[in-house]
Amino acid sequence: MKKNDGWRQATACRRGIPRTMPLLCAFLAGALPPGLARAEFALNLQAPATVIARQIVDLHTTILWICGVILVVVFLPLVYALIRFRRSRGAQASQFHDNTPLEIVWTIIPAVILVAMAWPATETVLAMKDTSASDMTIKVTGHQWKWEYEYLARDGTPESDEPVRFFSNLATPREQIENQAAKGEHYLLEVDNPLVVPTGKKIRLVLTAADVIHSWWVPAFGVKQDAFPGFIRDTWFKVDEPGVYRGQCAELCGVNHGYMPVVVKAVPPAEFDAWLASQKQLHAAARAAATRTYALADLKAQGEKVYATNCAACHQPTGKGIPGAFPALDGSKVATGPVEGHLDVVLHGRPGTAMQAFGKQLSDLEIAAVLTYERNSWSNRAGAAVQPADVAAARAKDAAGGAGMAQAPAGK
Amino acid sequence: MDAHSANPAIPVPGQPPRDYAEEHHGAPPGGLRRWLTSTNHKDIGTLYLWFSFAMFLFAGALAMLIRAELARPGIQLVEPAVFNQLTALHGLIMIFGAIMPAFVGFANWMVPLQIGAPDMAFPRMNNWSFWLLPAAGTLLISSFFVPGGAAAAGWTMYPPLYLQGGISYDMTILAIHILGLSSIMGAINIIVTILNMRAPGMTPMKMPLFVWTWLITAFLLVAVMPVLACAITMLLTDRHFGTHFFSAAGGGDPVLFQHVFWFFGHPEVYIMILPAFGIVSTILPTFARKPLFGYTSMVWAVASIAFLSFLVWAHHMFTTGMPAAGQLFFMYTTMLIAIPTGVKVFNWVATLWKGSLTFETPMLFAIAFICLFTIGGFSGLVLALVPVDIQLQDTYYVVAHFHYVLFSGAAMSIMAGVYYWLPKWTGHMYDETLGKTHFWLTAIAFNVTFFPMHFLGLAGMPRRIPDYALQFAEFNLIASIGAFVLGAAQLLFLYNVVRCIRGGKPAGAKPWEGADTLEWTLSSPPPYHSFTTPPTVR
Repeated sequence: MKKNDGWRQATACRRGIPRTMPLLCAFLAGALPPGLARAEFALNLQAPATVIARQIVDLHTTILWICGVILVVVFLPLVYALIRFRRSRGAQASQFHDNTPLEIVWTIIPAVILVAMAWPATETVLAMKDTSASDMTIKVTGHQWKWEYEYLARDGTPESDEPVRFFSNLATPREQIENQAAKGEHYLLEVDNPLVVPTGKKIRLVLTAADVIHSWWVPAFGVKQDAFPGFIRDTWFKVDEPGVYRGQCAELCGVNHGYMPVVVKAVPPAEFDAWLASQKQLHAAARAAATRTYALADLKAQGEKVYATNCAACHQPTGKGIPGAFPALDGSKVATGPVEGHLDVVLHGRPGTAMQAFGKQLSDLEIAAVLTYERNSWSNRAGAAVQPADVAAARAKDAAGGAGMAQAPAGK
Repeated sequence: MDAHSANPAIPVPGQPPRDYAEEHHGAPPGGLRRWLTSTNHKDIGTLYLWFSFAMFLFAGALAMLIRAELARPGIQLVEPAVFNQLTALHGLIMIFGAIMPAFVGFANWMVPLQIGAPDMAFPRMNNWSFWLLPAAGTLLISSFFVPGGAAAAGWTMYPPLYLQGGISYDMTILAIHILGLSSIMGAINIIVTILNMRAPGMTPMKMPLFVWTWLITAFLLVAVMPVLACAITMLLTDRHFGTHFFSAAGGGDPVLFQHVFWFFGHPEVYIMILPAFGIVSTILPTFARKPLFGYTSMVWAVASIAFLSFLVWAHHMFTTGMPAAGQLFFMYTTMLIAIPTGVKVFNWVATLWKGSLTFETPMLFAIAFICLFTIGGFSGLVLALVPVDIQLQDTYYVVAHFHYVLFSGAAMSIMAGVYYWLPKWTGHMYDETLGKTHFWLTAIAFNVTFFPMHFLGLAGMPRRIPDYALQFAEFNLIASIGAFVLGAAQLLFLYNVVRCIRGGKPAGAKPWEGADTLEWTLSSPPPYHSFTTPPTVR
């Protein structure tokens, strides 16, 4: 599986780059501090895993060669002139300043080259756009700062009454980012729940976003598609080799833009079917767990994990927030006030700010846990737990029409 | 003189360079009042150039912080929130505070001198256009110190992210409005000056190429700055007055902003490079001692580039998911730009061919411009191909591309122009050794900084991220080392310019034997009021 990990194979593909570059890089690598000696110096596009990505590599190689030839054709006379026509070598200046046939020639030749380039590029554009005849559809939603995946049936409706739907968060521990622990092999390119897809199937993605613009990008697939709040875009890929493929959000989406990787795990179709079934069981188990009552300490411990994944980026692990940008929770009116108000903000978010509506992102148990954590951490001393049943009750009230005052505008 | 001279702005033959000092009306008032109240094109040109240099150093300092954070993986110096402020303000201040005002400074100083006019057409408006700039600059810089810090949504200000920010986002909008106002007034002034105040005999096709490029640039500015003003006004009303131009919840569309922004943004790219073409096309013939090759085709190439710039904006948006027909249209128009750009490069090489070359500092910068701008042009051609662009959009490849065009293109042509005209402005020669040291440090450090970014982008490193995966560590460290040298080299530039102003070998009216434009017929420095009697151009 690791063998097909596109991010580590990037060096394998360096056609069209002068042979001296790796040498030069190797030389420079010798001058680097020992901690960075694991030099990769990838010079070219990542190893392609789809037909489209292969075509992109080929197009890039072709245009690079064309540019290289033109570069030589232009720079040779330039360098010759710089050496030969120096006044210090006694060069006398001619006074010619026009040559219409020459001007016509160097207008027409580039035009012909461009037409030759445009042809294969056009073919690839049309192929990239063709999302028809797909085998399955997955809905991708960009959130600040995580991806949400939902498996849809072929006609675009949910796969069953209980569609498989989950969030994919950065899995790199904070200590690695803050240089308090050694960085792992897939630093910043690892998630808790990767997108799992079957190999050999044409997979259509429909993309949207919950808050701001994000961009779903896996270099090895040649897929980069912006996701817009309130709109649907689509794209597709078909990957043949099982493996883990890694990418990142490619559109600036706020503070943690650099921390929302995309990880796709491609598995054989049989394995995929088994995985999909196990996901459905997990959902059922989670529903059952939400009906129980928990001790404060248990909820707080689980809430700390939920907080670290979903809240700490803005409100900070210290609960102090970032003054002027993100409010503190430590001692805040919301986190020390009535549970109803706190629940309202977490379930529905605060429209027009970075505070998201977590109602559709987290389960009753997760919301109960994170509220319990926030109300019983730092200087907050509520002393009581919030139970999953409380969350379920609040949701039921919303459904009955008593939506909270902070409800997001319709259409979001 | 050859009847077909490519640059025929030649004064009456047989007449020595005239000292117009006897024609003064009033010496400049002394001290601060001179600079605050001046309506003199030379004073205002100087103010523009110093303002832009100050902004260049400030935005450069922001870049140093960016590169320091990116030198190693992990978060060391600045938190991600601050990092995003640095990248956004580095871009905004470099573009609107450093490069654009620098070119307007050149226009103020050189356009009247090169067309034989006594001053700009609207001297008081000229004063107002300049003095708007410090207000805008102050707003941008002070926005770092308000609650929440400076705007952190990139220089492109895309909503809905831009709608989430605090007070500094409004300060940024206001600052850009002010800068736009200043640019529009400056551009109108330049257009009217060029169209109405040329010396007798200077027909359009006898204008120096720098004047031509600025005339076309000024038209671009008048056409697109109001478009930017519309875009940011819509942002403002979305933020505060309940409109939904860019919000789907209210029937708007975030992509609308991108269309309006880039309809401004692509011509803006040429606003920052056409005057550079003009400067380089002035310097090369001087130090090749040979007329510019293909003057007429150069004028037409600049005009075609300007025209095409209105037809390519959506190539910044290939990943938004526009229809295939849209992608193909903008790919073809973008590729067309390579043709007039190629013509310019070929003409410059032909200008050097069979010349008698010397390599003073301005010439070194001009030659580096040709080489490095060509590399930026090639990466632009690579990015024009939609499939390749989709892979490279929003990666470090794009960062490399636009720094090859904007630093080694625009900024290095500005440095070339400063060295070229410093003797005229100050009456002193600058220190050639220091100038050449500055050049070599800049040229080498620039490539060490930005060439590896091509590789980073190809291998998959997104731009605008404060931290990155481990396989990008080596090239990032190399880029950071290059950046620190590049930054330090500019202090040498500052030192050299200040030294030249304070004293140095007298320059004489025409220190460059190959120069043939009208400014060299005046003393160095030129009298406070020059060409009060227009010269006659044959």
